[in-house]
Amino acid sequence: MQLDDLYRRVIMDHYKNPRNRGKFEEGALTVDLNNPTCGDRISLQLIVEGDVVKDARFTGEGCSISMSSASMMTEAVKGRTIEDAMELAGRFSRLMMGETVEFDDYEDLEALSGVRKFPARIKCATLAWNALKKGIQAEI
Amino acid sequence: MSIHAEELKKQFPILQQEINGHPLVYLDSAASSQKPMVVIEALKHYYEWDNANVHRGVHTLGSRATDAYENAREKVARFIGAARREEIIFTRGTTTSLNLVASSYGAANVGEGDEIVITPMEHHSNLIPWQQLALKKKAVLKYIPLQPDGHIDLADAEKTITPKTKIVATAYVSNVLGVVNPIKELAAIAHRNGAVMVVDGAQSTPHMKVDVQELDVDFYAFSGHKMCAPTGIGVLYGKKQLLEAMEPIEYGGEMIDDVGLYESSWKELPWKFEGGTPIISGAVGLAAAIDFLEGIGLEEIHRHEAKLATYAMNRLSEIEGLTLYGPREREVGLITFNLLDIHPHDVATVLDASGIAIRAGHHCCQPLMRWLEASATARASLYLYNTEQDIDRLAEALIQTKEYFG
Repeated sequence: MQLDDLYRRVIMDHYKNPRNRGKFEEGALTVDLNNPTCGDRISLQLIVEGDVVKDARFTGEGCSISMSSASMMTEAVKGRTIEDAMELAGRFSRLMMGETVEFDDYEDLEALSGVRKFPARIKCATLAWNALKKGIQAEI
Repeated sequence: MSIHAEELKKQFPILQQEINGHPLVYLDSAASSQKPMVVIEALKHYYEWDNANVHRGVHTLGSRATDAYENAREKVARFIGAARREEIIFTRGTTTSLNLVASSYGAANVGEGDEIVITPMEHHSNLIPWQQLALKKKAVLKYIPLQPDGHIDLADAEKTITPKTKIVATAYVSNVLGVVNPIKELAAIAHRNGAVMVVDGAQSTPHMKVDVQELDVDFYAFSGHKMCAPTGIGVLYGKKQLLEAMEPIEYGGEMIDDVGLYESSWKELPWKFEGGTPIISGAVGLAAAIDFLEGIGLEEIHRHEAKLATYAMNRLSEIEGLTLYGPREREVGLITFNLLDIHPHDVATVLDASGIAIRAGHHCCQPLMRWLEASATARASLYLYNTEQDIDRLAEALIQTKEYFG
């Protein structure tokens, strides 16, 4: 087992220096999601104007994989249309299911492909994305 | 006589393998123990020679299966010191056993304004059944507070348990804190107030001599799979007069006396609680596991684990940045910790890369995690096959984990 496949430098950077961590004062849509089997929690906030995700923030508790994935997701999704954001979420799901997909639009996400070798950890990587999908579905 | 864990380990085929290129160190027996060859052989023998349904057929295999199943009950009764074999009900596990007590005894004996007393250290399976019963019956769920190190103070128990209390339920051994609760004293307080004492024995039965009559508990639940037996078999012990007054919660074959179109009557104990084809092979495996454990000696197993737990507490407390939860002194092999602010999932993944299996998460104890102010913890749990070398491997791997995430 190659641990470095899982814990790539990019992942550790997002874990130790999370982007968009925090809460909005107001005007945000909030989605709380937890992973009952392990206790990971995320509270995702989206500011949606028209059909554009203007901004995203998150707070939560979890392992390096779930928190770095949340950091990357919020970074990747900002400024996208809802349709684009859903397409990206779909691409990320396909990555987790073992497909080869490209992330030219946000290359950091490729670092999470190593998670696939650790089946027990896939649910860590998908938590933030499930919150995103839940939030967007609530919005539309 | 003391245990030769290295020799015992050889009797567990699963422990002979390598995981990720390293000899397996299995430190997750509190979640589920491994199975010795004698138990695996007993299951194989049952299916190759004796398998049939019980209490039905007149043919030879039916008799053999029935004998094997009922002999297992007899063995369990003796193993936990029950007065009678009919006080032993076979279930799917501790969870099912505790739910049976809540759904049957609880539903009939707890009313509005009555109290149910538990502790914050309970596993979800000894918490939610009481919480839901209290909600349904408008009863009051009360918690005996924990001392800073996780112990229960009997003076607090005296204050919490009152004449309004109908049920007191707690674990004998906490699956997180490694605390051994004063069950005999709690049972005495419960009885003085007219309540029954229900004990979750999931973490005690595999590791120490238990005598339900000596403890004077009313109900005692445990699982086979944590004590070298297969998954899917568990036990509910209950005092005869209580069980006799209780209604079955599962209806079907096996548990009936006479069935009419509009009403039915039930078999006598213990079968009225065992609707449907029971877990026959599981009972056979449990009997083999009891023989195996008694062959070593429960006192010996307890002593070995207490000694190893102390060794582990000492080794781990030398690691800078490692937080140990629960009391410093340990007499059972449950050690819960966190390493710096590294998430326990990450710790468990890095340890797994070194062939070391531990548990990470909330251990089905979310209220206790909140009390510990930890969202999750890592836990190493010991059994008769663990050695000081296993603990050394754990300690070394934890130091490497720290360096990796450092």
